[in-house]
Amino acid sequence: MTLTGFFRYFASALQWGSFYALIAIGYSMVYGVLMLYNFAHGDIFMAGSYIGLFLCGALLAISAGGLISMPAWLILILTIVGAMIGTSIVGVLVERLAYKPLRNAPRASAAVTGMMLGLLMETANLWGLGAERRNFPSLIETTVYNIGGVSITNTKIMVVGVALAVMYILHLFVHRTKVGLAMRGCAYDFPIVPLMGVPMDFIASATFVLGSSAAAIAGVLFCISYPVLEPYMGMLIGWKAFIAAILGGRGSIIGAVFGGYLLGFIEIFVAAIFPSTLRDLIAYSIALLILTFRPLGFFGEPYSAQLRL
Amino acid sequence: MLKKVLALTLALAFVTALFTACKPAAPPVPYGGVIKIGNVAPMTGDIPKVGEDGDNGVKLALDEIGWELKVGPHTYKIEYLLEDNESKAESAVAAGTKLIKEDKVLALIGCYASKQSIPLGEVADREKCPDISPWSTNPRTTKDRPYVFRACFIDPFQGYVGAKYVKDVYGVKKVAVLYDVASDYPKGLAEFFKKSCEELGIEVVAFETFTTKDRDFSAQLTKIIESGAELLYTPQYYDEVPLIVRQAKELGWDKPIFGSDSWAGGDLASLCGDDCVGYRFTTHYAMVGATGRTKEFIDKFKEKYGYEPSDVGALAYDAAQILLEAIKNTGGLTGDLEKDREAIKDQLAKIKEWEGTTGKMSFTPEGDPIKCAVICEYNEEHLFEFVDWACP
Repeated sequence: MTLTGFFRYFASALQWGSFYALIAIGYSMVYGVLMLYNFAHGDIFMAGSYIGLFLCGALLAISAGGLISMPAWLILILTIVGAMIGTSIVGVLVERLAYKPLRNAPRASAAVTGMMLGLLMETANLWGLGAERRNFPSLIETTVYNIGGVSITNTKIMVVGVALAVMYILHLFVHRTKVGLAMRGCAYDFPIVPLMGVPMDFIASATFVLGSSAAAIAGVLFCISYPVLEPYMGMLIGWKAFIAAILGGRGSIIGAVFGGYLLGFIEIFVAAIFPSTLRDLIAYSIALLILTFRPLGFFGEPYSAQLRL
Repeated sequence: MLKKVLALTLALAFVTALFTACKPAAPPVPYGGVIKIGNVAPMTGDIPKVGEDGDNGVKLALDEIGWELKVGPHTYKIEYLLEDNESKAESAVAAGTKLIKEDKVLALIGCYASKQSIPLGEVADREKCPDISPWSTNPRTTKDRPYVFRACFIDPFQGYVGAKYVKDVYGVKKVAVLYDVASDYPKGLAEFFKKSCEELGIEVVAFETFTTKDRDFSAQLTKIIESGAELLYTPQYYDEVPLIVRQAKELGWDKPIFGSDSWAGGDLASLCGDDCVGYRFTTHYAMVGATGRTKEFIDKFKEKYGYEPSDVGALAYDAAQILLEAIKNTGGLTGDLEKDREAIKDQLAKIKEWEGTTGKMSFTPEGDPIKCAVICEYNEEHLFEFVDWACP
């Protein structure tokens, strides 16, 4: 591999890893606070993409209708913010309707509920919107920069930049705010924290709001990069991001980010070095090996000890 | 006494009624005068537009004959049964089995993509029910299966014609291929294209794969760019083509991209926009620049459904017409499902020089038609424009 080649793959891996990382955060936060594998998270990501699609379409129509003329960057920001709000509502609904009644049930029941919810959301989308592919409008004119033979687009830079910023803000939120403190408390000792007067329902909802918002941002950015939407788009990437979350360490935000980028890099570089047919075979063998030697992932700690958030 | 008389009269009346009913009438029309035809199409899943077009094509052919067909002495009503295969092989098998065994259809149309057509063909052949796939181009669909036919040309032919066109018209020496290794159609076609390229003296410098539902192809495309290829061949569906084309351009690819008939099935224009302009592919029929029977069909289809038919619509229409022709040619149905299915199969194999909307075709003993391919270009109005014929 030449040096130019290396940087070409590196740029792709950064972008691809950003999506895994943003989605993995949602898995990790919910696990950390509620001890719950939210298997519907991939489909919350899908919901975020579709909400973004419709918002973006509506805003473009309003803008084109001459009612209020908006520049593309404003539409993009409004789309992302709107998608975050919409997806948070979906996330909180999921939590309230499906997970809350099972908060003290065996964890397997809760996990299975997540899977069923995921299927429910996929089929509801299929039923409501039909199976046709939808095209996400290109909000930003793609510009290709050629830096020493490495082609980088403005969207790629934006994706990585926004993803890193979001992760940093989330990290700050969890460490600098009162709600964040309560979340970390739950992660530390789930049964005791409510006894201290922390409203559990609020904390659970807040966790879902944060996770779903990250998924919504991932969804809109994903659609800008890969503008073909379909009801099952969240399934595969959801599974893989879950693997990333586990690789990074259950319940750890830093771990999720690390795991996401790690998985992105493994996938891209394995495809670069080996025949691409063997990509997932080799990439996930590596992931398996990592877990064999580090069963708790990179930043995870045993169940009884402190779980990092 | 009165009671006895009454009972006797009643009994007599019953017996008479019974006898009258049993009096031999004219022999009944087989199947109660209804011919059942099944269609197994991907109405949901990866390629729903293909299913919709296929369904519409078949229905148009049935509309034209008023949903009635005269076979020998009787006129039959046609009952059309549509089953969704969800774009999955398992569902195709289940739907086919249901149509053949429970609904007892005379013949099947379908599936569309090879991924479902190959397993459906296996079921149809095992159960001895004639089946025409309108759109499956993988040889395995009909190979060693006397009951399975198709309305389109096959992958080895398309791969060969594609490679020949790349050599003659683009004049390149090095090509790259990118395809979905988990899907029968792209995999088959990619391999036939590679084989033909090697026979024609073109070097395949990159042969890259991904799996269904992948959205990021940057690693593969970077490899392709680094390989020094002068043309990229990607026999993918409308689902992936826009993403491949877009990502290739973003990574700095400025050379031709060449495709196959799967480009035309579905909604490529609205998904790919300006990104695909100027790229060409091999296909079954062209909408823009059509003449004769093809033009007639396009006009009728547009009038009925309000949009222009893709090649799937045209091939499904042809498949339905060929099937109706074969049923008619049996000269009469017996009512014995097994015998009638066999007679239809024999008649299908005898079809020669039949004029369809996708060109004149004759069947080979394998059930594959002999016909020419069309080279299309995605033009600036986002339409697939006829450029050339490519005959074997």
